Amino acid sequence: MNSLLAVQSLSKRFGGFTALDGVSIDIRKGERFGLIGPNGSGKTTLINCVSGALANDGGRIVFDGEEISRLPAYQRTRRGIARSFQITRPFASMSVLENLVVPLEYVVHRGSLHTADTRGEAMEILRGMGLADKADTRSNQLSQVELRKLELARAMAARPQLLISDEAMAGLSSNEVTEVLEILFKLNARGITIIMIEHIMQAVMRFSQRVVCLDAGRIICEGTPEETVANGDVQRAYLGA
Amino acid sequence: MKRFLIGALVVLALFAATPLVVHNEYYYFAAYVVLQFVVLATAWNILGGYAGYVNFGSGAFFAVGAYIAVALYKAYALPLGLQILAGATASGLLGFGVGLLTLRLRGIFFSIATIAVAIVLETVVVNWTYVGGAKGLPTLRPAQAPFFESYTVWLFFVMAVLAVVAVSAARYVETSWIGRGLRAIRDNEGAAECSGVPTLKLKLGAATLSGALMGAAGAPYAQYLSFIEPTSTFSLNYAVNALAMPIIGGMAHWSGPVIGALLLGTVQQVVTVTISSEVNVLVVGVLLVVFVVAAPEGILGLFRRFFPRKR
Repeated sequence: MNSLLAVQSLSKRFGGFTALDGVSIDIRKGERFGLIGPNGSGKTTLINCVSGALANDGGRIVFDGEEISRLPAYQRTRRGIARSFQITRPFASMSVLENLVVPLEYVVHRGSLHTADTRGEAMEILRGMGLADKADTRSNQLSQVELRKLELARAMAARPQLLISDEAMAGLSSNEVTEVLEILFKLNARGITIIMIEHIMQAVMRFSQRVVCLDAGRIICEGTPEETVANGDVQRAYLGA
Repeated sequence: MKRFLIGALVVLALFAATPLVVHNEYYYFAAYVVLQFVVLATAWNILGGYAGYVNFGSGAFFAVGAYIAVALYKAYALPLGLQILAGATASGLLGFGVGLLTLRLRGIFFSIATIAVAIVLETVVVNWTYVGGAKGLPTLRPAQAPFFESYTVWLFFVMAVLAVVAVSAARYVETSWIGRGLRAIRDNEGAAECSGVPTLKLKLGAATLSGALMGAAGAPYAQYLSFIEPTSTFSLNYAVNALAMPIIGGMAHWSGPVIGALLLGTVQQVVTVTISSEVNVLVVGVLLVVFVVAAPEGILGLFRRFFPRKR
């Protein structure tokens, strides 16, 4: 089995609060993976541990056959893990294009900068995202959906093997959700493994091949989207019934 | 890049040629201070402006350079060039050390630590009798100045060279991938790290370079005054000016701190002579408040607003 990301009995505590309790997930190369769970169930903590924003307390994270749990976040990005943020975090003083130049300079073209056409490449990525006409706009002047796309575009500029999309569709209209979904499908078709964290169920169900549901820091269900929706534990976690 | 280098050389040549025209020594004495502020403001801006980490202890970095230089001068009669090098090294290491202890944390911890460092170091120097302790130490300048007739003019030229070096370094940082990384850190450190920017390394590099330039600015200080004592060397004035000048000039571009320092430094010199040396502190305070409230992007920002240019 060609696993890309293996999370092995991962745990994370904040003081006395256990945010993650022995979570194990195995994600295959090229998979479309959905991560769901009620608010506060540990989804974002999990991906913060994977991307390196938080250090895990116990367990291991293996990416592409290599243990990465002690690496700083930028090293993980360089190894191929990119993410978007739930609350968008543009580099507000820069243009949209420049936002993408940062990962291009720091991840893709390290050491060979003088020969690289980073701006041309950034433009190419923006075109793929439908943001090309905003290239020279200051990124703090974008609309919500444009900011979401910028998050994805900047993550893509790091040329990741694994893209973690943290609620890229929260607060978008249904047309916009479709638009972002199409982008994610397109990226997956190019061979990029995608973890989608989402509250919009239609989107997760349509997108994912496999879904894991977290509740209170534990995995309560794992399976196809249909199995997950039908699962009693999942329904209880969400509806409290 | 080439145009900038030629410009820098022309500026230096002009400074070197001024003794042919200007003969009054006092002008050099005053201009030295203005140039010293160009170095300090530019150095502060590398960490404070580009990366957004505010240093409140510029006076300490300046003073470490000054005291290391004077100690080595007293012990080994080191020439000025080596004093500057030693002062810059010491303050650079200080920047690295403070950074190592505090830059892992985000936000204000670095700023608080810089204040603490300034207080601790001043206390150390007050008790360091070899360099005069609290009562200060007179220093004898070398009898002859190299290249120039008067030692004051020579020091003025040395400070001009340091200013050009500082501005060139800042400009290099700003226009290269390093500057983009620092700006990413200022805008959003978490996102920067996830975009592959080694945030800690960059911040440490910026703190070291910034500290080193401040130390270099301080190193000739004892020679300039022929005297050194802790209160004026660790003066809060340096810390305030080092951050006020970039804020007033504009922090986004290397020319901002230069404009701020030239303007504020000159006004302070004029006010000191014509009104009083106390009023010049007031001038800085009032201008700082006005700019922070009315023009947070400084003079450069005002200029861009009134003369928009496609970039």
